[in-house]
Amino acid sequence: MFRFALSRLALIVPTFIGVSIVAFAFIRLLPGDPIMLLAGERGMSAERYAELQAEMGFDRPIVAQYFDYLLGLFQGDLGTSIVTKRPVLEEFFTLFPATIELAFCAIVLATTIGIPLGVLAAVKRGSWIDQTVMGTALVGYSMPIFWWGLLLIILFSGTLGWTPVSGRISLMYFFPPVTGFMLIDSLLSGQEGAFTSALSHLILPTVVLATIPLAVIARQTRSAMLEVLGEDYVRTARSKGLSPRRVIGLHALRNAMIPVITTVGLQVGVLLAGAILTETIFSWPGIGKWMVDSVFRRDYAVVQGGLLLIAIIIMFVNLIVDMLYGLINPRIRH
Amino acid sequence: MRNLKTLMATTMLVACFGAAAQAKTLVYCSEGSPEGFDPALYTAGTTFDASAHPIYNRLLEFKKGTTETEPGLAESWEVSEDGLEYTFTLREGVKFHSNDAFTPSRDFNADDVVFSFERQFDEENAYNAYVSGASWEYYNSMSMPDLVESIEKVDDMTVKFTLSEPNAPFLANLAMPFASIMSKEYADQLQEAGTPEQLNQAPIGTGPFEFVAYQTDATIRYQSFDDYWNGVEAIDDLVFAITTDASVRQQRLVAGECHVMAYPNPADVASLQENPDLTVMEQEGLNVGYFAYNTQQEPFDDPAVRRALNMAINKQAIIDAVYQGAGTVAKAPIPPTMWSYNDNLVDDEYDSEAAQAALEEAGVTDLSMKIWAMPVSRPYNPNARRMAELIQADFDRIGVDVEIVSYEWGEYLERSSAEDRDGAVLLGWTGDNGDPDNFLAVLLGCDAVGGANRAQWCNEEFDKLVQDAKSLESQEERAELYMQAQEIFKEEAPWATIAHSIVYVPMQSSVSGFVQSPLGDMTFDGVDIAE
Repeated sequence: MFRFALSRLALIVPTFIGVSIVAFAFIRLLPGDPIMLLAGERGMSAERYAELQAEMGFDRPIVAQYFDYLLGLFQGDLGTSIVTKRPVLEEFFTLFPATIELAFCAIVLATTIGIPLGVLAAVKRGSWIDQTVMGTALVGYSMPIFWWGLLLIILFSGTLGWTPVSGRISLMYFFPPVTGFMLIDSLLSGQEGAFTSALSHLILPTVVLATIPLAVIARQTRSAMLEVLGEDYVRTARSKGLSPRRVIGLHALRNAMIPVITTVGLQVGVLLAGAILTETIFSWPGIGKWMVDSVFRRDYAVVQGGLLLIAIIIMFVNLIVDMLYGLINPRIRH
Repeated sequence: MRNLKTLMATTMLVACFGAAAQAKTLVYCSEGSPEGFDPALYTAGTTFDASAHPIYNRLLEFKKGTTETEPGLAESWEVSEDGLEYTFTLREGVKFHSNDAFTPSRDFNADDVVFSFERQFDEENAYNAYVSGASWEYYNSMSMPDLVESIEKVDDMTVKFTLSEPNAPFLANLAMPFASIMSKEYADQLQEAGTPEQLNQAPIGTGPFEFVAYQTDATIRYQSFDDYWNGVEAIDDLVFAITTDASVRQQRLVAGECHVMAYPNPADVASLQENPDLTVMEQEGLNVGYFAYNTQQEPFDDPAVRRALNMAINKQAIIDAVYQGAGTVAKAPIPPTMWSYNDNLVDDEYDSEAAQAALEEAGVTDLSMKIWAMPVSRPYNPNARRMAELIQADFDRIGVDVEIVSYEWGEYLERSSAEDRDGAVLLGWTGDNGDPDNFLAVLLGCDAVGGANRAQWCNEEFDKLVQDAKSLESQEERAELYMQAQEIFKEEAPWATIAHSIVYVPMQSSVSGFVQSPLGDMTFDGVDIAE
């Protein structure tokens, strides 16, 4: 197991270098120049332009700029935002807990509902339950997130008044962030009602963000289960008189889990992408919104730093998924 | 942290004593995150609303609801006969805010004024490069480095600015966000502690509200400053709830989560106006959307051709379709809320037939041209592509063939400045300091050809009027010259003036004392909430 983990870890180094090149090149390949954007309608004299270019280091050859960047990376320096003038890493860690909190709740919701629904649909294959679950999953999968989010806000916050419109907690609660996770911080603050408020603010964004992963997980679980349910060992288990619950829960589900875990792992990327829209609709102060703003402002340091950090997260999630395979199916370890 | 503790203590007190001790909190649903809290580093209005207006003061301030200036931290000033020396007498007894790291030991004085400006041009100043990439963009773009020769402290309460040439708009510049007065004592203390960047993150000013905390991309909290020189505010706390999506801001306002909201979708204004709990203020923004010919190229070098084309544009249709009604037809290059606006100008009447006849009379047939459409939405032009298509259809009616072109925004700005650029460009301008010079000289002056003067138009008579007005001290005399300049502009028609957009500010009816600023600033001093 240890050697397996180590070999996976070794693969991460070249991937990291590759991602750093892609992240660095991506924002520079987009047309548009942060300095001209800074000047706006007024324009800028050629001298001033050259002066600013030199100040920001954009006048150096592109390869030299990349190696400066790489050197910074190995010292843990991801550069400074052109816009806010704050270190990228500092901004990232301020905003990241909000995204994690939301993504975590969404993936929990998506798996706790998606897997049982998928199992149910597979077991009752062809029944109205199966058709309803798969039909709904298809709709959920195709739902435009922005529209879906606004629809929920208008219904539940506007018309019914059940949930708050946006934000992470009611504005009447105010305490310094300790962990950055609002659910934990609100408990730590000891203020009455703060936790409930934070929880109620999480409901709609979680539902919106979980919608697509939930649909994907339900569909994947169903097809994996169907495959496993047709296997010989399931028939054997049934014929030796095991209860249907044990057959499905112990023999079938465990074997169906491998493709499902892959799917859940892949959903982390989907979640981070979905977070961009969800965070924008719900004014959720996370990294999705931060990245979008930065792309529009051509904030090179933030975009390349953000991409890199997100890529690192996805790499580690994939690593963990690989480890989980090993746990579930010992054959993969070798 | 001290502010924070006070606020937490207040919150707990409120929790204990219930409604009796309820603090008055005004919540503003703002449209975006501030870039930082040192206004001189930035150029965005969103940043100024969160920094310059609540936290700081300037030597001069804009009179509420106007583009005129009035004394701020300078009580009075004298201008030398040659118009080169401005001597400011500072206000006595003005206090700075405090926070957990800083308690001011003295009142505001001349050192603070000198520091606030010096750091923007003096490379020797420790704060000239206190954050990475500090470029002092507004100080530079308002040509302050060329204009200001020196800033001297005469005595503790007197400061003298020496200019390189007489320049009346200079006073309006001093009321702009970049001219906000910082505490030198605080800056020195931060410098010693090795944390100068805190000047931009934990701001200290003299303004109506003290900064409490900023939770990145979520909320900014302020509390009313008890020692404010201009009287204590009626509200206790001010909260900016950052909500980037306009539809969501509207939902929050309707749900009562905020008292005032920024920039509603024009299409939603009608429903907001119908809501009995809300009031919607409206005013023309300090902007103009225009269509600039390249007056150095044939056939657009002939004013008769430009006027003929202007007549062919159905501006009202553009207001309806592009601005969704949230705009007014522009007839002058400056907005109606600005002093010296010439209301006597008569706009070109929309008349396709007359336009076609005038074009033929000018000897132009089979004209084909390019129209440049901006790729982004701006307050003065929410949808340039659509506007270009409407003008294309209008021009088609008079036999002019149009090709629409567009580039990425930075590229667009650069290419459209070039003197040899072809066709006509859609663009616009939002004023900086409320001075007519900021439109007429910046956008239409001879010096700006090849730069912000996208019409590449240099008219000697116009330019002389605008330059002369710059060196006069009396606002009345200046206004007279600007009015004449606008007449020349209208006659010469380097642009088709399309529209001034309307800025709407929806708020709860319980909010009183809010004054809409023609400069587009959101300011909350003097605002109260009915119980």
